[in-house]
Amino acid sequence: MADASIPLIVSDIHKRFGDNEVLKGISLEARKGDVITLIGASGSGKSTFLRCMNLLERPDSGDIIVHGEPISFRQTRRGREPADRSQLERIRTRLSMVFQGFNLWAHMTLIANVIEAPVHVRGIPRARAMEQGMALLERVGLADRAHYYPAQLSGGQQQRGAIARALAMEPEVMLFDEPTSALDPELVGDVLKVMRELADEGRTMIVVTHEMDFARDVSNQVVYLHQGMVEEKGHPSEVLGNPSSARLRQFLAPRGR
Amino acid sequence: MIDFQGYGPRLLEGALLTLELAVLSLLLAVVLGLVTASARLSRLAILRLPAIIYTVIIRGVPDLVLMLLLFYGAQIGINQLTDMIYDRWGWDIFINVDPFVAGVITIGLIFGAYMAETFRGAFLAVDRGQVEAAESFGMSNWLLFRRIRFPLMMRHALPGLGNNWMVLLKTTALVSIIGLSDMVRVAAEATRATHQTFLFMIPVALGYLAITSLSEIGMQWLKKRYNAGFEEEH
Repeated sequence: MADASIPLIVSDIHKRFGDNEVLKGISLEARKGDVITLIGASGSGKSTFLRCMNLLERPDSGDIIVHGEPISFRQTRRGREPADRSQLERIRTRLSMVFQGFNLWAHMTLIANVIEAPVHVRGIPRARAMEQGMALLERVGLADRAHYYPAQLSGGQQQRGAIARALAMEPEVMLFDEPTSALDPELVGDVLKVMRELADEGRTMIVVTHEMDFARDVSNQVVYLHQGMVEEKGHPSEVLGNPSSARLRQFLAPRGR
Repeated sequence: MIDFQGYGPRLLEGALLTLELAVLSLLLAVVLGLVTASARLSRLAILRLPAIIYTVIIRGVPDLVLMLLLFYGAQIGINQLTDMIYDRWGWDIFINVDPFVAGVITIGLIFGAYMAETFRGAFLAVDRGQVEAAESFGMSNWLLFRRIRFPLMMRHALPGLGNNWMVLLKTTALVSIIGLSDMVRVAAEATRATHQTFLFMIPVALGYLAITSLSEIGMQWLKKRYNAGFEEEH
């Protein structure tokens, strides 16, 4: 049995789409309070890897262990599927995801988005969920936008709202899938600021990002992926400050020389 | 006051029957349509195949033919079944196909196939990312359907749904051939007896028009409900 004190262990994940093997055996361990950034060129498999952690993509092999509990799989004709749907749902409530495209539910107001899963999935009384939800919106600077619909908000506001929605689940690990890539440059700062605050308060986070400053300043571990494999990993000061791989050096080199 | 020569009350009853028939058929059609659309979008071929067969057959055969086939065919089928039961076990069962129930089932079955196509397109138009977000928060399939997929889908389905409802309402006129006294049948009888076509057929036409006009209010309400949050896009 794996160590139950470790929020998330992902080991030896393989994933292929048709003939294309996008993940060739990647492992990762997120201890409490870790902020791990996954970096790499597009197509390196970093988003797919993140999406395997909460099974939005089904890994072909490998284990995902949340607080010592491995997700159980079974082999079907269509491939490897989670064996126990209710276990999957339960584990997913402990890992919240923030998406590149925000993915707020368009037919609900912001506050309704935030309390949706706490009320209907976790069974928290509505009044309490509302109270907590408003406090979270306050935190991300959107208390005055609680009753707006997503379409009435800017991209940066939507993403901060999506972070509040993820926080409302009181997750043990937060997964960020390129949270600032779809934003206009002037809106990136507000979102990164919220993410820094989360890191400072000791949240366990795994972040796929192109924001090298965030990786350098906020994370305590950087994982550089290349063609579905871990090319280099370690503390940002080593990985980003003194990369040993030539490819990573090239990846980090300023563009447009 | 117009003199309906004694047919007034029966015309009203006929109108009520038309309305009941239409509403019940609509409910059946919506349920069948949702189930069939979900089956067609399933990853499992054993669910997809019957759904495809159902929609292809129903949409390819005239409503009138289906009505006769289902009404008389169902009675024959049931009779053969009860005969078989009698021969084998000696139980004497008699089941009569009630024309009203047969009408609801036939029209529901026909329009279920059209609804299925409407819903299928609408489900496909739902943003995949919003469904993934719901999955990622641990929603069960049913919760996801009820809270996310269905309300998001309805916005896209409404125009087709309204259209199907209008056609369905008018298709109820076909039940007069299986002996139901809907308003068309009453008016046809009255016309034959009195030779006053306009006196009876114009009120019938207005009756249909009244129902469709009233349903426009319902449509507006649905539109308002399922377009909430989307105004900015238009």
